[in-house]
Amino acid sequence: MAKVLMKGNEAMALAAIEGGCDAFFGYPITPQNEIPEYLSRHMEERGRVFVQAESEVAAINMVYGAAGAGARVLTSSSSPGIALKQEGISYIAGSELPCVIINVMRGGPGLGGIQPSQADYRQITKGGGNGDYHLLAFAPENLQETVNIIKESFALADYYRNPVMIAVDGLLGQMMEPVDLEAAPKTEVPPEKAWAADGNSDRKGGRNVITSIHLDPLELEKHNRKLQKKYDEMVAKEQRYEMIETADADIVFVAYGSMARIARSAVKTLREEGIKVGMIRPITIWPFPEKAFDELPASVKSLLTLEMSLGQMHEDVRAANNGRFELDFYGRTGGVVPEPEEIIDHVKRMLEKEGSS
Amino acid sequence: MNAKTVYEPTKGLVERDFHYCPGCTHGIIHKLVAEVLVEKGLLEKAVAVASVGCSVFSYEYFNCDAHQAPHGRAPAVATGIKRVRPDSAVFTYQGDGDLASIGTAEIVHAAHRGENITVIFVNNAIYGMTGGQMAPTTLLGQKTSTSPFGRDKTLTGEPLRISEMLATIPGAAYLERVSVHDPKHIRKAKKAIEKAFDVQMNKQGFSMIEFISTCPVNWGMNPMDSIAWAKENMIPYYPLKVFKDKTDGDNDE
Repeated sequence: MAKVLMKGNEAMALAAIEGGCDAFFGYPITPQNEIPEYLSRHMEERGRVFVQAESEVAAINMVYGAAGAGARVLTSSSSPGIALKQEGISYIAGSELPCVIINVMRGGPGLGGIQPSQADYRQITKGGGNGDYHLLAFAPENLQETVNIIKESFALADYYRNPVMIAVDGLLGQMMEPVDLEAAPKTEVPPEKAWAADGNSDRKGGRNVITSIHLDPLELEKHNRKLQKKYDEMVAKEQRYEMIETADADIVFVAYGSMARIARSAVKTLREEGIKVGMIRPITIWPFPEKAFDELPASVKSLLTLEMSLGQMHEDVRAANNGRFELDFYGRTGGVVPEPEEIIDHVKRMLEKEGSS
Repeated sequence: MNAKTVYEPTKGLVERDFHYCPGCTHGIIHKLVAEVLVEKGLLEKAVAVASVGCSVFSYEYFNCDAHQAPHGRAPAVATGIKRVRPDSAVFTYQGDGDLASIGTAEIVHAAHRGENITVIFVNNAIYGMTGGQMAPTTLLGQKTSTSPFGRDKTLTGEPLRISEMLATIPGAAYLERVSVHDPKHIRKAKKAIEKAFDVQMNKQGFSMIEFISTCPVNWGMNPMDSIAWAKENMIPYYPLKVFKDKTDGDNDE
């Protein structure tokens, strides 16, 4: 299929349909409204389920029920709405159910603003809800990559029996870009879900129960260790990242999503000026791509974390770097999208400082 | 031998002891729901949605597929199940702390959407599992661990009547309040549950049966006194009646 020009949110919704999504439950919030709007028409046309819930809390609990009944389920929201969903996300992870969550991030804290932001990094990667659990979390850079990941995410959620989050910011949700929905691998048929509580208790193996409660501490610890095994497997198998001109780089940027896109032009301009910069672009933010840092040559002088937040990912960069290189940070927040020139100026200040010391 | 079976435990319940306190009516209500599921041939296609409170482990007893829900969210979880498995028989089992307090948004909007689910609402005017705190349904003057001087309406309002409130919602198809304080009322309660599941399976909309129940331990009474207290104090405030029956042409809205 040829590329078509689509708005980010609509392309994501279509990718979910193509990815085999059976049901969507959501609640309106800017800047992701085109996702439920698109699905309200196109899910019904295909005889699939679309429900506009009374709240984000109700929407994620509908996801919980439908996922427990064995369906491929999607919800979408934006930062404060994701905060409201954390209760349900924790239950879904604890009950080992698959689902996909799209988060079109905006500025915070609180009601914050509606402009693009990456200030949900901690909320996405450090739990968000209560308990020992993780989300498999992607933060793609452009619409084609986003669409490919969404199509793949339903199978990943089924494989791990764990929620998968796709985090983009309002920029990607609202912009139009050419996209090829056929470019992603064909979606697998969902595996048989013998564990589903779907109203078939005369099945071989008897009745099924979906629950996250384990009152006996030893039993709960055993359950948590079982979950941890899945997270260990994700860390081993799912770290995704792109290395951009890092082989001979003096300064290596670390940036994801829209920020990586802006930083990419800064890399190009600085390279044209003869300044050796490169970039690690995390595609998964959980698991954090620590392997990328191991690939950096010893000749690197410093890492520069770039974020549309005040340094939430920088904590993970510091841990992955483990004292190896000098670290620096540049970020804008509150919905401010930086220009490539700001990054270029920051790099030049770094070089001046280095030269004078 | 000419032995004839006149009574046997329902196959709708798992054979195990309840964890409920002596004198609590959860046991009777569980049995009635289970019997109805078996008699209507719905047990195999049923999904029970357990809530948070004393009945959090109701999925240990109902002999069908089950899904435990976060506090108050059972109607949302049930919505998710029913929408993707429309031929299943989905019911929630919720207490008054769960349904009438933290879960008011979810119960109102499940009724509002006319979800084809059945809600078993057990109202004993108190939070049982957490140790007897005041609920929105606690009667005026009733002493609880968080209304030690008796519920005062100037501070905490007056008891919330959920069935009456839901009766104003067009999507609610069948609403009835029943009691299980004597055999006559127990038989009547079973009829109400039958009706509620008929409404669901005929896709006529939202159905809820509210049960007047007891909490001897947290009320500080023995089982007999608590039955008498429910009859004398709760039923006058929470009258037993059909609040909504959309299957009856005269009472459509």
